[in-house]
Amino acid sequence: MVRNRVLLVLLLAGLAAVPSLGFLTLAPNRLVSGVPIGLAAALRQGGEALLIPAALLAAGPFLPQRRATHAAMALAAAGFLLLLVRLAGSEAALLAASAPPIASISLGGGFWLLLFVASLALSDAMRRLALPVWATALLGAAICGALALLLLSGALDALAILREYTARRSAFGAALARHVLMVALALLPTVLVGLPLGIWAQRRRGLAGWLFPLLNIVQTIPSIALFGLLLAPLSTLARLFPALAAWGIGGVGLLPAVIALFLYTLLPVVRDTAEGLAGVSPAALEAGRGLGMTPGQLLWRVELPLALPVILSGLRIATLQAIGLAAVAALIGAGGLGAIMFQGLFADALDLVLLGVVPIVLLALAADLLFELGIAYAGRLPR
Amino acid sequence: MIELEHVTKRYGAACAVADVSLTIGAGEFCAVMGGSGAGKSTMLKMINQLIAHSEGTIRVDGQDVRAMAPAALRRRMGYVIQSIGLFPHWTVARNIGTVPELLGWAASQARDRAAALLEQLKLPPGEFLDKYPHQLSIGQQQRVGIARALAADQDILLMDEPFGALDPITRQALQAEIAEIQRASRKTIVFVTHDMDEALRLASRIAVMDRSRLVQLGTPIELLTAPKTDFVRNLVGRDDLGIKLLGIALVASRMRPGEAAPGEPIAATASLRQALSRMVAEGRDRLPVAGADGAPAGTLHLGDLLRR
Repeated sequence: MVRNRVLLVLLLAGLAAVPSLGFLTLAPNRLVSGVPIGLAAALRQGGEALLIPAALLAAGPFLPQRRATHAAMALAAAGFLLLLVRLAGSEAALLAASAPPIASISLGGGFWLLLFVASLALSDAMRRLALPVWATALLGAAICGALALLLLSGALDALAILREYTARRSAFGAALARHVLMVALALLPTVLVGLPLGIWAQRRRGLAGWLFPLLNIVQTIPSIALFGLLLAPLSTLARLFPALAAWGIGGVGLLPAVIALFLYTLLPVVRDTAEGLAGVSPAALEAGRGLGMTPGQLLWRVELPLALPVILSGLRIATLQAIGLAAVAALIGAGGLGAIMFQGLFADALDLVLLGVVPIVLLALAADLLFELGIAYAGRLPR
Repeated sequence: MIELEHVTKRYGAACAVADVSLTIGAGEFCAVMGGSGAGKSTMLKMINQLIAHSEGTIRVDGQDVRAMAPAALRRRMGYVIQSIGLFPHWTVARNIGTVPELLGWAASQARDRAAALLEQLKLPPGEFLDKYPHQLSIGQQQRVGIARALAADQDILLMDEPFGALDPITRQALQAEIAEIQRASRKTIVFVTHDMDEALRLASRIAVMDRSRLVQLGTPIELLTAPKTDFVRNLVGRDDLGIKLLGIALVASRMRPGEAAPGEPIAATASLRQALSRMVAEGRDRLPVAGADGAPAGTLHLGDLLRR
């Protein structure tokens, strides 16, 4: 009597992963590959608590599908997620106690798969609950807060990814700040240029006829190639005008990265601005005009507010795209979390790669949630 | 006063309005009648320049509309459309306050005005001021649409098939409201409709448009008794011409004052058509008439309906 197939499939996938993939990996040092440590061993050493949410989740597919069940599944999945992370930390601490200090204890494939399964089970339960966005955001914030507490308490310090962090604490902070700065610097001109362009494109078919194909072509250029394309003109500029170089303007560094991100993020903003404006009810427009609004008043009072949810969803795509692409910009010396990631890739140190990638994913998730809230608020008013 | 002199609107080779000349005096209720595609909406929208005319001159209160900034011109007149077009992101109060806000009124003054207009249009302000358009029925929405057009109390009101999307009961109620508003405020109203009964009921003059041209301009009685073309004749209807004639005359105009009769009285402001309907339904040849105060005013006989 299966009542929730999605959850059942997730559970079976998780179950299959436990024996075949290591929960943690113990290596003599950070550069050589290590031996897998199974979840069973970890469970025997203080991980029993994990079995409680696991048992709840296992019962889930067979329970009557009521709101109470979905709520219990959401809590069980969230609890499983947090306990899983804590268990990884405590098991790593136990292993570290009996291993040489240079030994490296990484998160194994089994951990990642179980984390993935738990996240999907959580999102499945949340979808079935159909809570308002603010409640979802609250739960997300609570989970993030609990993870942050785990991090700060030192419970995870024995894991290699945190050892990598400890070794580069200040560099990590600077990289994170640089990453956010790069995204912000790119999005500012995107909004300043993209909004007017979108408005203009919606009003003039002629402009839209060549602007959108052009922006689409920019999107198809691989990011590395675009950075390369910008390298030549910008370095020439810096050579011709040494004063510019003194300002940090050149073929490599922050500026070409910001320009490339700006070009990439222009399309979603321009397209969704135009689309949002095109979706405004013709009756409201006629009424606004007929009552004596000037074109500017009509734009600010009627068109933009009504198009706002669509414009925000374009801006959301742009932001997520910028956060991801900014990682690649490290290749042209723009810094950011991508620099840590590439350092790890070139050194073959997986945990260092993760130290760069995990915060990028978290940044993207946080931005996504913020936009979700903003769009829900802007769309709260009826269309 | 609105004057159109030899006004033409062309779209390429096609002509939407052809050489229309028409003067609508201050305080007049002018209905513009015609089938779909006859050019009646285009004519209305040229008055507030939502559509620019190709030839001719349009003057509002003596001023050429082309000489005025479009927004300034439109703020001099109220505007109601069939699709209503309330701003969905604004409350009823803010919707009604659109033009007052554009004219720079204080917020509290605009809100008081909105409340007064809702009261007048029979929507309790306490209940409706802070609602959003999607919370209202279509009929309530159009009441708000009319309140919005009346908010700044301009002398001119343009209405483009305002009741076209409403059910018959709501439509009749709103027709009564707009007739009352016009009686009380003497606004100049230009009212586009394709419903002859509506035009006959409300208008002091009717302009009939057929295939882009103005084919007849006259009072309801002139249209009914002396249609100039076959189109107008078909429009006013041959079968129920007599009924339509009764529909545009009031009981007060035919009653015998001072005479008394038994039975439920009919209001002096009711139409003769309503009186006839009651006589037929109740099987009686005379009805007592009540004045505005409800006191007996006279009697209406069946034969009185035939007098001219």
